[in-house]
Amino acid sequence: MNLLSPAATALIYLVAAICFIIALKGLSAPGTARRGNLIGAAGAVVAVLVAFFSANLSNVPWIVLAIAVGTLVAVPTARRVAMTAMPQLVALFNGVGGGAAALVAGLELTDSAHGSGAIAAIAAAAGAFTVLVGTVSFSGSVVTYAKLQELMTTRPVTFPGGQYVFGASLVAAVALAVSAVVVGANGGSNGLLLGVLALVSLAVGILFVLPVGGADVPIVISLLNAFTGLTVAASGYVLSNTLLLVAGTLVGASGTILTRLMAAAMGRSITSILFGAFKPSTMVA
Amino acid sequence: MDGITLLTFFVLAVVIGFEVVSKVSTTLHTPLMSGANAIHGVILVGAIVVTGRTTNVFTLILGLLAVILATVNMVGGFVVTDRMLEMFKGRAPKTAPAKKREDS
Repeated sequence: MNLLSPAATALIYLVAAICFIIALKGLSAPGTARRGNLIGAAGAVVAVLVAFFSANLSNVPWIVLAIAVGTLVAVPTARRVAMTAMPQLVALFNGVGGGAAALVAGLELTDSAHGSGAIAAIAAAAGAFTVLVGTVSFSGSVVTYAKLQELMTTRPVTFPGGQYVFGASLVAAVALAVSAVVVGANGGSNGLLLGVLALVSLAVGILFVLPVGGADVPIVISLLNAFTGLTVAASGYVLSNTLLLVAGTLVGASGTILTRLMAAAMGRSITSILFGAFKPSTMVA
Repeated sequence: MDGITLLTFFVLAVVIGFEVVSKVSTTLHTPLMSGANAIHGVILVGAIVVTGRTTNVFTLILGLLAVILATVNMVGGFVVTDRMLEMFKGRAPKTAPAKKREDS
């Protein structure tokens, strides 16, 4: 259905973006938090409805079915979860969001052409960034879930040379991302490269979170949440969708500040949380 | 849309994002994280657009997977945040807004 003009769509997206700003502002103060959350939800529902009416979509029945499946999975889970298990559920929700962003950017880049030259290069870079960071957020969040749910040890998991394995996987992921950008910028098909990049990024995310100790895990969840926000912003760039760009950036920026505030409230620095477990094994010069 | 316009959107959104949460009270850290998490579930819009454009079965399946994951992120995120704040209201006295259901 193509009922809404691009201008009308953009205006409704602007309303949704303002809803998200009011939501974040409301969530920062105890008296307005619950209303803020509802305003954010309203903005999101409006944005999703607009997506259906602003472009000529095919596969609509399938998409509606997929949304129904997602809702039927999410609502009972969120309703029934025990109070103590909420942080890990948030981590899981964040992780699937990161996975969704990685899929969206990957599909968009492999499915349609994005001009040529510099424009194609920037789109390919934003897409490779989304696949890398979105997948890291996904696998990292699954590990934080396993830690908080006590499916695995909550103690920092380190092994000899762990920091080198992590470093090597990160270098490999960045190298794959760069080659995907080069291939994409030259108009080539980089679907396979992006697939391999996603697999390596899964390992990066796991190795990133394993050395973090139990008490620090909520701060890492907040950091991964900010990561997912940035990937949503980058996929908004790839899709030329201003709402995704603005909403993702809002979450990325507020998530970064929130991560710092949470670390400060615990008297910890973010570097000591992320890399503290590596220190004992490093050589004392 | 041209790069400069998008850069402008990006920078302004960063400034607003920093500004709106800078005064959050410590007790609201987790609900705020959860609410922000639900907001990035709006990637569902992107998932719908990408899936609605494809004609290839393989990308259709991956696209529908993205739709399911994004829906879980968005719907679950807002519901779990609401539940968190519901409990919060009962616990902290200064959070009680106009309505006091316990008294009536």
